[in-house]
Amino acid sequence: MHIPDGYLSPQTFVPLYGASFVFWAVALKKLKKELSAKYIPYLAMAAAFSFLIMMFNVPIPGGTTGHAVGAGIIAILLGPWAAVLAVSVVLIIQAIVFGDGGITAIGANCFNMAVVMPFVSYWVFKLVKGNAKGGARFYAAAFLAGWIGLSVASVAAGFEFGIQPMIASGPDGKPLYAPYPLSIAVPVMAIEHMLVFGIVEGMVTALILKYFVKHESELVYATKEA
Amino acid sequence: MTRFQKKLWIGLLIMALLTPFGIFLPEKFNAGDAWGEWGTDKIQELLGYVPEGLKKLADFWKAPVPDYNFGGENAAFSTQVISYIVSGVLGIAAAVILIYLITKFLVKHEK
Repeated sequence: MHIPDGYLSPQTFVPLYGASFVFWAVALKKLKKELSAKYIPYLAMAAAFSFLIMMFNVPIPGGTTGHAVGAGIIAILLGPWAAVLAVSVVLIIQAIVFGDGGITAIGANCFNMAVVMPFVSYWVFKLVKGNAKGGARFYAAAFLAGWIGLSVASVAAGFEFGIQPMIASGPDGKPLYAPYPLSIAVPVMAIEHMLVFGIVEGMVTALILKYFVKHESELVYATKEA
Repeated sequence: MTRFQKKLWIGLLIMALLTPFGIFLPEKFNAGDAWGEWGTDKIQELLGYVPEGLKKLADFWKAPVPDYNFGGENAAFSTQVISYIVSGVLGIAAAVILIYLITKFLVKHEK
């Protein structure tokens, strides 16, 4: 889901930079207010974890590859604003150092994976778990949080790809940037993430949450407030 | 560092050592690029042309370690595997340093 340089028109990537800037600014402000020093090592580990899990490319045999992002579990453990920061830092390193995702697309990629995903995951988790503090419903909520969070992020990316032929074509009618229309880009991104990569994301989210609840349950952000 | 944190770090280092599965498995199951992340050669193959704007922007940035690979496109598989692990460790280091730098300005260290 790392959109490279050249796939998005400036009409798309500039506003998405703007959107991500707003979320970065709010995230820093919120964290300045809320973040206590004992969480910093966890924030650093969360970023390290997200970087690593994105390296585990999962194949669709004979087809494409994809990967989990980790933004859902980070949002559940440390809060959605902490996840915005941790995953954005990772995406920026990936773009600058490793060419994974474009420089012009940093705003878009951060918006999809470091804003949309952690918030969707966090809300899904809170909504589905209800008052559960453990048990099947609690971990089903975690699975769904990861699964839906990644799937919605992939739809956002698919949408950004898919509007390009509509908003940016050359005089000959040929697309100037990402060539596939919404009717292809959105279903392809949604289906591969719902059927394959999202399942991995969901399982990772539930398993890690289980580990934290067992060993350091008072740390878990999403179970703190009512 | 607490014992729990130490355990988590060990877990992350093990993860870094296992990252080459992220290149073994796609190779084994004959899976290619992620959808929408093709290079210009592959787009030429898919469409028969490369969109003008895409062509202009595609090489906007020359990453120091493209594709987590130090050996270049034609590197031996073993070089790719070692590069991948080293990239994982570098990525962890960069992420940790950046998070500590950013939070240094955010949090007062006495709580």
